[in-house]
Amino acid sequence: MTRLRLERRLETPAALQVALPVVAVLAALLICGLLVALSGTNVLDAYELLFLSTFQTSDDLLDTLVKASPLLFTGLAVAVAFRAKFWNIGAEGQLMFGACAAAFIGERQFLPAFSLVPLMILGAAAAGAFAAVIPALLKVRLKVDDVVTTLLLNSIILYGVMALLEGPWKDPKSGYPNSPVIRPDAEYPILAGYSLHLGVLLSLIAAIAVWWVMRRTTLGFSIRAVGENASASRYAGIPVGRVILIAALISGALAGLAGAGEIAGVRFRVTSDLSSGYGYAGIVVATLAELNPLGVIPAALFFAILFNGAGTMARTTGVPIYLADVIQGVALLSMVSLRLFAAYRFRLVRHA
Amino acid sequence: MTAPLVAMRGISKRFGPVQAVGGVDLTLNEGDILGLLGENGAGKTSLMNVLFGTYAADEGSIEVGGKAATIRSSGDALALGIGMVHQHFELVPRHTVLDNLLVGGAGASADRGARSGRLWRRSVTERLAEIGRDFHIELDPGAFVGDLSIGEQQRVEIAKSLVRGARILVLDEPTATLTPREADGLFRALRAMTARGMGVIFISHKLGEVIDVTTRITVMRHGRVVAERPNDGGLSKAELARLMCGRDLVPPERPPVTVGAPLLVLDRVSTGGAGGLKNVSLTLRQGEIVGIAGVSGNGQRELADVVAGVLAPSAGTISANGELVPNPNPRAMQAHRIGRVPEDRMTTGMIGALPLGESMVLPWIGSPPFSRGGIIDRAAIRRFASEQIARFDIRTSGPDARTGTLSGGNLQKALLAREIARDPAILLAAQPTRGIDVGATEFIHGQFLALRARGGTVLLISEDLEELFALSDRIAVMYGGRILADLPAGEASIERVGLLMAGVEEKAA
Repeated sequence: MTRLRLERRLETPAALQVALPVVAVLAALLICGLLVALSGTNVLDAYELLFLSTFQTSDDLLDTLVKASPLLFTGLAVAVAFRAKFWNIGAEGQLMFGACAAAFIGERQFLPAFSLVPLMILGAAAAGAFAAVIPALLKVRLKVDDVVTTLLLNSIILYGVMALLEGPWKDPKSGYPNSPVIRPDAEYPILAGYSLHLGVLLSLIAAIAVWWVMRRTTLGFSIRAVGENASASRYAGIPVGRVILIAALISGALAGLAGAGEIAGVRFRVTSDLSSGYGYAGIVVATLAELNPLGVIPAALFFAILFNGAGTMARTTGVPIYLADVIQGVALLSMVSLRLFAAYRFRLVRHA
Repeated sequence: MTAPLVAMRGISKRFGPVQAVGGVDLTLNEGDILGLLGENGAGKTSLMNVLFGTYAADEGSIEVGGKAATIRSSGDALALGIGMVHQHFELVPRHTVLDNLLVGGAGASADRGARSGRLWRRSVTERLAEIGRDFHIELDPGAFVGDLSIGEQQRVEIAKSLVRGARILVLDEPTATLTPREADGLFRALRAMTARGMGVIFISHKLGEVIDVTTRITVMRHGRVVAERPNDGGLSKAELARLMCGRDLVPPERPPVTVGAPLLVLDRVSTGGAGGLKNVSLTLRQGEIVGIAGVSGNGQRELADVVAGVLAPSAGTISANGELVPNPNPRAMQAHRIGRVPEDRMTTGMIGALPLGESMVLPWIGSPPFSRGGIIDRAAIRRFASEQIARFDIRTSGPDARTGTLSGGNLQKALLAREIARDPAILLAAQPTRGIDVGATEFIHGQFLALRARGGTVLLISEDLEELFALSDRIAVMYGGRILADLPAGEASIERVGLLMAGVEEKAA
């Protein structure tokens, strides 16, 4: 009789770490292919539109990069926080808070033009960091569960902003609940084409910077050590609470920068649908990247292609646009399940 | 002649590149207490895990009572009458003794009908009383396991196997956390079992008790059986140690050293809470190894945590190298040249998921040469780790190996290397050789004595009395968070310390 047994691995092979996210995505596409087939569309046609429409023209390509930028920021935000085992599910709210700060600064008439963009970047980072450090303080000081607080803070921020947009902050010239448009001087410079703004470059720099900090600095070392084993870190003299707070500040600031990019580079005003789930998608991006800051880059690009392509696919084939969200969700579940392979080995065992 | 209780033939088990067990034969007869000896990583535990169904063997066969057996899980093993008591108990502290026995359906297999409710509980209670009488394992079925001493909890573990009708009992390091008296009680129970035709496999690093208790001894080295001897009085500790390590062991020599100035002074230190320290005063001087004896849970952990700086005293003061430590914390203790080896190598000492090199610089990462201005020098970390690996003969593939892949003894050496590297004056060592083989133990003891000879001091907290008596210049006994006595080694006898450990205070003469 032959049976399958699980055995713990001592070390995870490097090749497997690269292969797992790829397999996870393929598995997600395979499973979601069934949904496409159910809607009566040829699966290959749908997937061709989903993935290749992005590469039709150079502008499509640039649009994808623009879409990838907030995902890159939120993916990095989640990667840093999760490394410290600060379960930040709140990138969505931190992004929104950062966006509000950026928009608020961007419409101030008294500020000199040259100071607008730097101040918006700093303001958004500070606002995002502030929104993340509240649950981190509650966790460190009072041991309040961070998953709950970061998640619920998203709703508080989102509905708080919507109340502002319906009331005091509503643009009188608009019929919708939007904030006033920022000054033209507050817009990020366009670096290429019609849409590729400064924020895209910033997000790429951020990925490299975060990678360097995590790998080459004592701060990054402390964040990893605290996340892996807080009690050993404490014993060795690492100030565990402070390290978690710093990780939360960095995480929130990165999410806030995603908001700044959306205001200064894409929307130019706060709208209630500003984020459309970038914060939550960041969790998927970071998980697929296995919390590696450089791995966040391809993961963010993949989902940008997916989200942009979904629109084209829906218009052409009638497959609902929500397929992209389903693929995102299934990819996360596949990845989490596949982690089993990283920790364990499967062995066929023959019994007499 | 009856068939042996267990016959394992040609058992092999491989983990990746490591041959944990290679072609081992092992027989256990009725009435045997078989001592299974070997260094860490010799394959004892792997072999027993194969017997208990935790691992599947790559090759080989097992017969139980003369019949070929397939053991795929602990459930299979229990059904065949094989019980195992692990080093770490698998009990539910908030449940009563009886409820712990019932977990997993003990005693129900014999009489399915009794499985429902009260009848079942009554039958298991009766069975427990029988076991108590037959094997001297008295237990109160209604007591909560969390309230029991370690020795009593171990009896619950043993009873768990016996209630299920075990005929074969495997004990992994059963005396590591017992007082001498509790250990004697355990041995009495084991002899009662074998007198009734059971068989016991007894894994231990303590050679003295192995010689005292067992009827046969099997020694493993590098996954193979290197010796099988009847224990008929002709075995010496030195011979067994040689068989285990493949070389002679030199007992630690403790040359006289002049005792100098006080290095670590605890003055009436208390910590809050029921299990905390109560008014503990202790002075460690240059050239002294001070041993702390006590049954686990009598304040040793708190004492270690206070000296390590992770537990702040609620009253009292700590001075190191003649200076008061105003705000004790891990960094302050490091700054006062206190090396700290915690009790839990893996949970508070090192970080399993990090590369060994990074684990070995964990407390020092913020200072040169490992980092400058907050930027890490990876080459310096590697170099340091490689040097220590060579100096301490740590068996690993190198500084990049995941810390968690090291065996207990090598992990402990790495931890000690880390703490000694910065030339401490004071070394705190909590259970430094628990679960560690004789070869590594010898090495670690040598390091303590070298520090003592350099004019340093060692605070040695250990539950291994043999170790305490071999190394200590003074032995302090803890009970209920207090130091009951602080005896010069010459005045401390096993009997005297054993009584103090049980809380029997000596009347002032």
